[in-house]
Amino acid sequence: MSRAGAFLHRRAGVRLALLLSAPLAWLGLAYLGALAALLVTAFHSVDTFTGTLNRTFTWANFLDLATGEVYRTIVLRSVGVALAVTAIDLVVAFPMAFAMAKLAGPRTRRWLVIAVLTPLWASYLVKAYAWRVMLSSGGLLGWGFGLTATVLTLAYLWLPYMILPIYAGLERLPGSLLEAAGDLGARSWQVFRTVVWPLTFPAVIAGSIFTFSLSLGDYIAVKIVGGRSQLIGNVVYDNIGAAGDLPFAAAVATVPVVVMLGYLAAVRRTGALESL
Amino acid sequence: MNLSRPARLLLRLALAAGLAVIYVPLAVVLLNSVNADRTFGWPPAGLTLRWWGAAWASSGVREALWTSVRAGLGATAIALVLGTMAAFAVQRHRFFGRQAVSLVIILPIALPGIVTGIALNNAFRTVLEPFGVGLGLFTVVVGHATFCVVTVYNNVLARLRRTGIGLEEASADLGAGPFTTFRLVTFPLIRSALLAGGLLAFALSFDEIIVTTFTAGAGVRTLPIWIFENLFRPNQAPVVNVVAAALIVASLIPVYLAQRLSSDVGTH
Repeated sequence: MSRAGAFLHRRAGVRLALLLSAPLAWLGLAYLGALAALLVTAFHSVDTFTGTLNRTFTWANFLDLATGEVYRTIVLRSVGVALAVTAIDLVVAFPMAFAMAKLAGPRTRRWLVIAVLTPLWASYLVKAYAWRVMLSSGGLLGWGFGLTATVLTLAYLWLPYMILPIYAGLERLPGSLLEAAGDLGARSWQVFRTVVWPLTFPAVIAGSIFTFSLSLGDYIAVKIVGGRSQLIGNVVYDNIGAAGDLPFAAAVATVPVVVMLGYLAAVRRTGALESL
Repeated sequence: MNLSRPARLLLRLALAAGLAVIYVPLAVVLLNSVNADRTFGWPPAGLTLRWWGAAWASSGVREALWTSVRAGLGATAIALVLGTMAAFAVQRHRFFGRQAVSLVIILPIALPGIVTGIALNNAFRTVLEPFGVGLGLFTVVVGHATFCVVTVYNNVLARLRRTGIGLEEASADLGAGPFTTFRLVTFPLIRSALLAGGLLAFALSFDEIIVTTFTAGAGVRTLPIWIFENLFRPNQAPVVNVVAAALIVASLIPVYLAQRLSSDVGTH
């Protein structure tokens, strides 16, 4: 055994420090530091004439955000889009996951899981582009662009993230429970409502966290199929790019994070997070 | 389960319809890549391989592809090192703030991409610019690595949890030092987890656009950035479509590899 090796073997603390050093320097210091700096910037302002950053503390960005009619509409619209996407994905995913987990044989099931997973490896941009092609006038659907198109495209993009957790939850659900409920006289709907739904609810929540948060932060799909619609992400993007107002962009960027934390706190109350 | 016949049929239909919805858009892109009509008139008037030739000849596409591959490899390499180190620290040691390490690793992927994007953009410009280092491929790699660590971390952590430390202790008892043990015992144990995590990391980086937008300099174009820039140019539509079709076909490679890896895991 080399001397360095012997030293490391004896000192668990040194081993731990070495193991943690690089990951923590990168993610703990650099990344968290960048996030903190961004948050601090949200309380600064930009001089409209010179375009230089003014580092005196101000609530102005958050006040603008809270009082601006436009921003309130955009925030509500973004949350609405995220909720609509989550609802559509849930309605589409649940029957699919149920058929996969409870009706298909083991061999078919394996293939079905692959079939649902495969599109996740396909590029996000390619999938959004596919919907642009289909929705454009003269395309397969030809419905045109707008908020509805955005909701449909986002629901399509995140569907596998809803199917997979629900499928996993249903697969863990013993078939004997469903049979017992049936033997005791419960109808299919009753079995669903009193046995299947309560037991798979944590899985549904897990899926909804993906679909909700992914929709909330998105601004690319809106640009591709949304026509002129704006979501929170677009406001952030436009304020950095065209307006060059990083402080305001930083303030707007805290909105999806706060909404997401609120969503997590809400679902935490249901007790669904503990069993994820 | 005693579901009625119509209910079973309905559920199977829902599954079939859902899968159709998943695959039809991808099929449309594949079909349009050989559509002779450059505005993708539906149904296609004729078939041609002209656009594939045009895409292959496009220097913009080639450069973007090469940039994406380099960014992906760089980010994956960093993610493999950092993710493995963090996984060993968390799984093999008990220390104050252990939960926080997991949280900090998951954070870059849990937060909206645009938050990570502008935070890094801001940090790079304030920290690196005084040293004369501008935004470029290097900053893209750093940005991608930040959210790729989690895939390697999760895979290695799961593997370490399952394998336990018995074999490593045996190796140490037989006189092997920590480095020898890692080389001969630990590394073979976690190899397929590293491959799976690395594959995911590469795919994640290869597909990323939001963080890339904010960390790439003016001259750096990854494939997603190239697609996005050309998406709204009607005269580029056929070439963009071929790139999209090629990416759909290429996405079958990681699916196949992931399948091989997971069956590999089953035999351990």
